[in-house]
Amino acid sequence: MYSIILATASRYLLLLLLMFSVFLLFRGHNEPGGGFVGGLVAAAAYALYFIANGIEAARTIVRFDPLRIIAVGLLMAITSTLPSLVAGERFMTAVWFDTGIPLIGKVGTPLLFDLGVYFLVLGITLTIIFSLAEEDRS
Amino acid sequence: MFFGFLSRYPQIAAGEVIRESMPWVPSLGINFSFLLDGLSLSFVLIITLIGAAVFLYAGAYMKAYAQSGRFYIYIGIFMTSMLGLVLSDNMLLMFMFWELTGISSFLLIGFNHHKESARKSALQALLVTGGGGLAMLAGIILLYRVTGSFEISSFYDMNGTITAHALYPAIVVLMLIGAFTKSAQFPFHFWLPNAMEAPTPVSAYLHSATMVKAGVYLIARMNHEIGGTSLWQDTVLVTGAVTMLFSALLAFKQTDLKKLLAYSTLSVLGTLVMLLGIGSKLAIKAFFIYLIAHSLYKGTLFLVAGTLDHETGTRDVAKLGGLRKLMPVTTFTAALASLSMMGIIPLVGFIGKETVYKSILELEYWGIFLITVAVFANAFVVMVTLLVGFKPFWGKTMPTPRQAHEAPLKMLLGPGLLAVLGLLFGLFPDFFIGTMLEQSAQSILSETLSLKIAIWEGFNLVLLLSFVTLLLGGALYLIRGKMLGRVQTMSFPAVFRPSAWYEETMRGLLSFARQQTRFVQNGYLRNYMIVVIVTTVALASFALYRSAGQISIAPDFSITFYEGALAFIILVSTLLLITSTSRLKSIVSLGVLGFSIGIIFVIYGAPDLGLTTFAIETLNVILFVLVLYRLPGFLKLSRSSNRGRDAVIALCVGVLMTLMVLFASSFELSSGLKQYFAETSVPAGNGRNVVNVILVDFRAIDTLGEITVLAIAALGVVALLKLKPDGRE
Repeated sequence: MYSIILATASRYLLLLLLMFSVFLLFRGHNEPGGGFVGGLVAAAAYALYFIANGIEAARTIVRFDPLRIIAVGLLMAITSTLPSLVAGERFMTAVWFDTGIPLIGKVGTPLLFDLGVYFLVLGITLTIIFSLAEEDRS
Repeated sequence: MFFGFLSRYPQIAAGEVIRESMPWVPSLGINFSFLLDGLSLSFVLIITLIGAAVFLYAGAYMKAYAQSGRFYIYIGIFMTSMLGLVLSDNMLLMFMFWELTGISSFLLIGFNHHKESARKSALQALLVTGGGGLAMLAGIILLYRVTGSFEISSFYDMNGTITAHALYPAIVVLMLIGAFTKSAQFPFHFWLPNAMEAPTPVSAYLHSATMVKAGVYLIARMNHEIGGTSLWQDTVLVTGAVTMLFSALLAFKQTDLKKLLAYSTLSVLGTLVMLLGIGSKLAIKAFFIYLIAHSLYKGTLFLVAGTLDHETGTRDVAKLGGLRKLMPVTTFTAALASLSMMGIIPLVGFIGKETVYKSILELEYWGIFLITVAVFANAFVVMVTLLVGFKPFWGKTMPTPRQAHEAPLKMLLGPGLLAVLGLLFGLFPDFFIGTMLEQSAQSILSETLSLKIAIWEGFNLVLLLSFVTLLLGGALYLIRGKMLGRVQTMSFPAVFRPSAWYEETMRGLLSFARQQTRFVQNGYLRNYMIVVIVTTVALASFALYRSAGQISIAPDFSITFYEGALAFIILVSTLLLITSTSRLKSIVSLGVLGFSIGIIFVIYGAPDLGLTTFAIETLNVILFVLVLYRLPGFLKLSRSSNRGRDAVIALCVGVLMTLMVLFASSFELSSGLKQYFAETSVPAGNGRNVVNVILVDFRAIDTLGEITVLAIAALGVVALLKLKPDGRE
């Protein structure tokens, strides 16, 4: 079931959706959004691409093994808890740095944490989708 | 290490008690407190001395084993925990070491883990001693309730309080179960002969010289604190005597060198326990001499048995003979240890047996009966000794599976040293164990006593009994050859064999577990869900029912147009969902349902939730479609009765949820949390989106936990999908 319209569109949509997911991720601190939704949207973007172009193409474009993405996400989330220990505060206390750059503003460990959630959710969803898709072929 | 502890000898001999303590869990009264007195020191010296000999021996013996590194680790763990056991002053600390010895024993018995019998014996030993350990733990806790302390040294003057307490019988029974299982007393004796599956150095060390004496140690240690009553003394006495006789009889039909030794060890352990049960000064004296003597000669003989096995390839006594020319040093060592074991002058075993007989004769009521039993049991031990210590070396030369030759030096040194010590102790008893004895006895009886110990006390009844024992033993040895065939076919009916009880219990346990698993884990996802849901509904509705009066239903019936429309969509899609006959249709209607709910979230001011719901519903539909490919055509899998049941459950859940929502909305929660989060979100969390700040900052550890669970779930999915039973990826 190959549709040239969907296949073409999915290439642009993928980029747009990924950008949107990143937007959601960063926006999450002040407006609706966040790592969880961001991750889901990103996963949906890849899912769309997979539906349009098939599993091999999707795997190529993801480039990393989804399981690794899970690991990276979890690692990031855990790493974000460490600076508080270094700073001598209680475990998991948020640490913020004011970069002073306009538009970026303050950067803190919760951002890293949210990034971790983002990657984790993305990884998990992709893992499940890819596993199921490969199961179909065999 | 041995010498380190030996340097404490003068101090202890002078009557000092060394105590070291360090708090560990002070709130529970658990401390790292150690106590070194006469009793501990004599055990410590035995442990370190035999340990040194065994290590030396194992250096050569274990060469053939592939994983000898593990062996040293295990036996090191064992030695440490055994030392901890006899040194700790805190009951719980002692219990910990107690269990550690059990675990290291398990690992060592199962060392040849590729053999099924080794695994089985290891498990049996672990279960029996572990079960006893649990009983002991219960006893310790009861004791704590009576005394308010775990420190053994603080019980010292509390004997009266403890024995008068209502819980006293329970404490005694529980403690003794612990001690009896560990020291393999009847009816828990069966694990010890099976434990002979272990490599021989282990049998020599754990299962004759040290670990099995832990129970004896416990009884000796507790004798002063909770003993002194007829309940304690009689139980200990009778159990000891029964074990002594019974295991000696069982030794008769064994042909394996190590099993023979194991049964004689059992008999000696029984004797030791019995002596503690007698509890007189003389008995305690006999206890110590016998303890030391046994450790020396039995350790030696086990090592000799190991050497024979190692050098000839068999442990069957029937196949061994005439090795004295080939293995002169081993022959000499074995002879020395055997003489001690048979109780022949001038070895330490002789003194041991003499004092044992003497202390039994002191008894008024049981004396005659017990002495008969003791002589009889010892005669069997003599027979075992003849079989193990002499038969392989003298007489006709027999062909052995491997060409026999003398063992390497390392394997001669250990047992040789122990055997020679046995001789020296016998020749100069006063010098070696005289003062030690007094202090040790004091730890048990808490009376100062001066005991004379000598090898020759003239001709008397006791000496006569020794002769009788020897003669009887020799006679038994001679008739054994003719009787053996007949005896071996004989066996007790299962009802009388404790090992059969064990087997039955295990079988019952397993079949019970299987049935339970079949009932609880029946493999149907829907059954699990039914259980979970019904439980939730039942519990929640019970809670609701209890506070039913507080629900004030004042719903606002003014609905807007789009709310009404949404409700209509939801109802229609639900109806479609449950009546549809095609999978795709159900999935699509499920998606519609989800999106409508997402819209509700948006309308009622939860954009985050709405957004997430949308994303999830989208992916859900994709996933369902993927799964759909693989499923067979739409089938009615469930019977209509099942569907009816499911409908009832679903309705219950729906009604309950509605009620709960009504209930929740009829209260304004005044926890202050809402306000707190709203106020601190920006200053403390640097974000205006309260939900997100809660997720990634205030409650980040919850989120961390959740995403970890998710990651594991993903791994589970991969495992389920990719790993096929036949190993195909």
